[in-house]
Amino acid sequence: MRSDAILNDAARGSSDPRQRRPIPAWVATTALLLPTYGWLTLAVLLPLLTMFVFSFMSATPMGKTPIVFTLKHYRAFIDQPYLINIAWTSLVIGFWTTLLCAVFGFLAAVALARATVGRMRETLLVLLLLPFWTNGLVRVFSWTMVLRENGFLDGVVDMVLPDIGSISFLYTRYAVVLGLVHGYLPYMILTCYIALSTIDDAIIEAAASLGARWWTILLRILLPLAAPGLISGAVLTFVPVIGSFMEPRILGGKVGVTMGTVIEDQFTQAFNWPLGAALSFTLLAVVLAIFATFSGVLRRGTTA
Amino acid sequence: MTQLGRIYLLAILIFLYTPILVMMAMGFNESQLYELPFSFSTRWYVALMDNQQLLKAGMNSIIIAVITAVISTCLGTMASIALSRRTFRGKSLLQLLLLPPIAIPWLITGTAMLVFFYWSGIGRGMHALLIGHVALAIPYVVLVVGTGFSTIRADLEEAAMSLGSTPIHAFFAVTLPLLFPSILGAALFAFAVSLDQFVISYFLATPGYSTLPVQIYSAIRKGFTPEINAISTLLLLGSMAAILIFARFAKPGDVRDKR
Repeated sequence: MRSDAILNDAARGSSDPRQRRPIPAWVATTALLLPTYGWLTLAVLLPLLTMFVFSFMSATPMGKTPIVFTLKHYRAFIDQPYLINIAWTSLVIGFWTTLLCAVFGFLAAVALARATVGRMRETLLVLLLLPFWTNGLVRVFSWTMVLRENGFLDGVVDMVLPDIGSISFLYTRYAVVLGLVHGYLPYMILTCYIALSTIDDAIIEAAASLGARWWTILLRILLPLAAPGLISGAVLTFVPVIGSFMEPRILGGKVGVTMGTVIEDQFTQAFNWPLGAALSFTLLAVVLAIFATFSGVLRRGTTA
Repeated sequence: MTQLGRIYLLAILIFLYTPILVMMAMGFNESQLYELPFSFSTRWYVALMDNQQLLKAGMNSIIIAVITAVISTCLGTMASIALSRRTFRGKSLLQLLLLPPIAIPWLITGTAMLVFFYWSGIGRGMHALLIGHVALAIPYVVLVVGTGFSTIRADLEEAAMSLGSTPIHAFFAVTLPLLFPSILGAALFAFAVSLDQFVISYFLATPGYSTLPVQIYSAIRKGFTPEINAISTLLLLGSMAAILIFARFAKPGDVRDKR
């Protein structure tokens, strides 16, 4: 419906009974876009702006305490040194989750692209991605069933090696990382698989016919060519993981204190909204820096 | 090598599905304390039928997911028409603005919504949940419908118009029927996004009006019985069904960038 189409309309004149005065293109475009962007403004952009303002307030504007604007909440990392440790914990959890997802996800994508064909591949892909679109909370809850003392894992261990006792590691950071890897692995498989599926088979056949062994093909051909997918997957895993709070709460128990749980506490327990807002925006700054660094790769990688 | 690859994929599938299957099985286990050995019982599903709190939350979840699917599909499809078929200035900026709901951690979006809705007087509860869920679903709808658009030739509509059809009639008679599978897929996707949403709901729910994931979370924190396994099983099966039907319509493995 470009301008030439509108000219056609006008040229046809009044012979068509439905013919009315054509709507200018920009009016139609605006009308199509306005509901969506109005909604996003109300639900996402204005809230983020409001929270930015809140992060400079001296106290939550609920009681009678006079509000002054201050930068003190952004100094929290200096004033409350324990926050540094918590931020470090979040980064370490994010690092290990991303690394494990990258290794296992990349290999799964390679296996999917090289060892399966046709309907089998399609079925496997759907099966691998299906958990990602089910409730994350329920999947984390599921791990408590496996990892708890006398849970499924202990039951299996007891059957194989009766003398070893409980190896339950629920309420440790390992449990948190395991739950997070379980949550984001399908995504990594998808981004790597999309990158791998664009590789021309002839390249691999050429390498093999020239005597390259499978690990050479894996490390020297598949890995570099799939790098955009790997990086997209890593960014899209790391970002939500450092903002996660229910996984550390449910699987980490007392040791599961991360930036996510500290921020949640400020809004649900401590009612220190300005501090929560300042911490949220610090986290957002980290997230945006990551996106800015990898924006080129992300644009070329996937839009999923 | 092929054999090894397939065994590896099988191992990954076992890793992905074991906890889910264990959780589901425990919903059929007699013991309240999840004790093994396993003895089959449907008592937790029977108990669930009397748990008004969980049932009401489940009903709320479904209602919100349906309304979210309808609103976000309408708005998202309209935006997708403009973004796929029209040229105008600032288009790439508008496309960029679709990313925050997907890319910013939900914890940040959710707390921001809480602060803004409190400050502006919108408050919390059902309407707040709807505002949030629709905003999260819209970008996915635009993406899915946009992918559908890229498979339809733009000149079909022009052909219809050159044969005397008005632009609006051409859209409804030619493009929309071709686009229908994508729109239906997008609606199912939006339904699943809303049904599975926990973080945003957690900050916007009130004690009187919450959704199923919020109820499940508070149960996990405060102490629970296998009733939670029973309702979780139903929730997983529901969203899996929605996604599998979506896969029939829109082929999720085929999300390569076609724009």
